Amino acid sequence: MVMTREEKLARINAHQERVNLIFEKIDSLGLLGKVMKLENSKILEYIKESGLKGRGGAGFPTYLKWKLAADQKSDMKYVICNADEGEPGTFKDRKILEEQADKVFAGMAICAKVIGAPEGYVYLRGEYNYLVPLLTTKMNAFNDEMNKLGLNFTLKLRSGSGAYICGEETALIESMEGYRGEARNKPPYPVEKGYLGKPTVINNVETLVYCTMIVLNEGGKFKTFGTEISAGSKVFSVSGDADVEGIYELELGMTIQEFVDLFGDGDTKAVQVGGASGFCVPRKKFKETIIGFEGVPTGGSMMLFNSTRSMYHILMNYMEFMQEESCGQCTPCRVGCQQLVKGIQAIKHKKRPATYLDDLVKLAKSMRVASKCGLGQSVANPFISIVENFREEIIY
Amino acid sequence: MQGSENIVRKAVRKYGKGRENLLPILQMVRKEHNYLSEDQLREIATEMDLSSADVYGVATFYSFMDMQPKGKNIIRICKTITCFMKGKDSIVSALEDALGIKMGETTPDRKFSLLEANCIGWCHKGPAMLINDKVYTELTPEKAVQALDEYM
Ligand code: SF4
Ligand code: FES
Repeated sequence: MVMTREEKLARINAHQERVNLIFEKIDSLGLLGKVMKLENSKILEYIKESGLKGRGGAGFPTYLKWKLAADQKSDMKYVICNADEGEPGTFKDRKILEEQADKVFAGMAICAKVIGAPEGYVYLRGEYNYLVPLLTTKMNAFNDEMNKLGLNFTLKLRSGSGAYICGEETALIESMEGYRGEARNKPPYPVEKGYLGKPTVINNVETLVYCTMIVLNEGGKFKTFGTEISAGSKVFSVSGDADVEGIYELELGMTIQEFVDLFGDGDTKAVQVGGASGFCVPRKKFKETIIGFEGVPTGGSMMLFNSTRSMYHILMNYMEFMQEESCGQCTPCRVGCQQLVKGIQAIKHKKRPATYLDDLVKLAKSMRVASKCGLGQSVANPFISIVENFREEIIY
Repeated sequence: MQGSENIVRKAVRKYGKGRENLLPILQMVRKEHNYLSEDQLREIATEMDLSSADVYGVATFYSFMDMQPKGKNIIRICKTITCFMKGKDSIVSALEDALGIKMGETTPDRKFSLLEANCIGWCHKGPAMLINDKVYTELTPEKAVQALDEYM
């Protein structure tokens, strides 16, 4: 089915109008007073019923995270908004923060009420520093509002300094505590021992907005979207060889084929779902692959490649990215990333036989089990999915 | 080093001596001084009662904490995949020609440093670059060179 760009836009717009939670304009700070009168158990029930899973990529049930933190006994607790999106091809949180900061803050306040946290932080990536003035103004207004409502919750802003790994929640905590952003061993999880050793909930920007909408709508619309396993909608960042690029909120559960029909340029040969740590889906698997936790999970990055692209260059770009951004703490990841880069170069330049690729796949697989955190563990995703589906392009 | 001492003290006074304030302090000193000198790192360590090796280790971990003198304005061109696909190489060449330096270098008058960055979150409008904290998108070689005018 080939649509013109206009037809695609019309379809996408119709979809946007129906699935409109993240960017819908509401008076979230005004409504906060009402929410704050709800019983915590009621709020948790709404979130649980919604089936919301974390939108940063890992997909942990949000309800459970909040519940675990709420159950902790502690003199101090924290809520942190992870605004350190750095996955190549992801830019949704930037737009959400630009347009809907109030809804993000409201989500943090709701979480703070449920778990009993008097302080919250937004950890913003350094690349988005131009948002600092806007966010500071909004944050001051929010803090005033909390004061007026007589609520004990204050928000602060922290800036990152150009380290992708700090999007990993334990590395983010290390960074906030004044250390190198190196991932910690889990357990203990941040909900038990987080920032400054206190129970901490870290949620992605988008997750927090959904929490606000779910609680305000008393469950509502959110549940009606998506599938059994992947409830709700999600914001996608579409880039690459696309007819229609940008940020779109879509229902989870569509197939890659449906996605490509809407956004592609008619010649899509592969879609990288979830950025440099995600999976590459080749054309022959478009129809059978579902975008969601039952198929390819994603933090939102969707990059399309058409037949003019060399998958070798794409793979090299991802691997160089991983090599640079590895925190360097554990050997499988630090050395593994370097060896994968060197290895595919050696094969390309005929310094190694094509069969060496199989050894590299084995290396990537061992990184999956031996690396300490999500970065090293996920290197195998792009590596294996690209190598297996585009073997000739890597070798020749 | 009288000047730098003031910056360090000012930053430590503003944020406090607690370890969790180390990053904001480094960021402020970096911003006011254009880079972090070894003297400043030692001073921060003394002021905060940390070892200098510790402070050095933290500072060098982060790519925005420059450890070498940099230009007044820092240009960071995204080299990640979609900007790469949309021709970031031609942007780099145009800027290298206009500034008379290579990637990674600083102009002799210390006005500009040219650096690469990983994805800056404008992939749908690539190629993209940051000059200091300002974003420039959908670059062409001409647009990129023109952007420099604002900082001349
Ligand atoms: S897997 Fe990589 S990023 Fe994670 S802790 Fe190990 S070296 Fe650091
Ligand atoms: S790939 Fe260049 S901004 Fe994302």
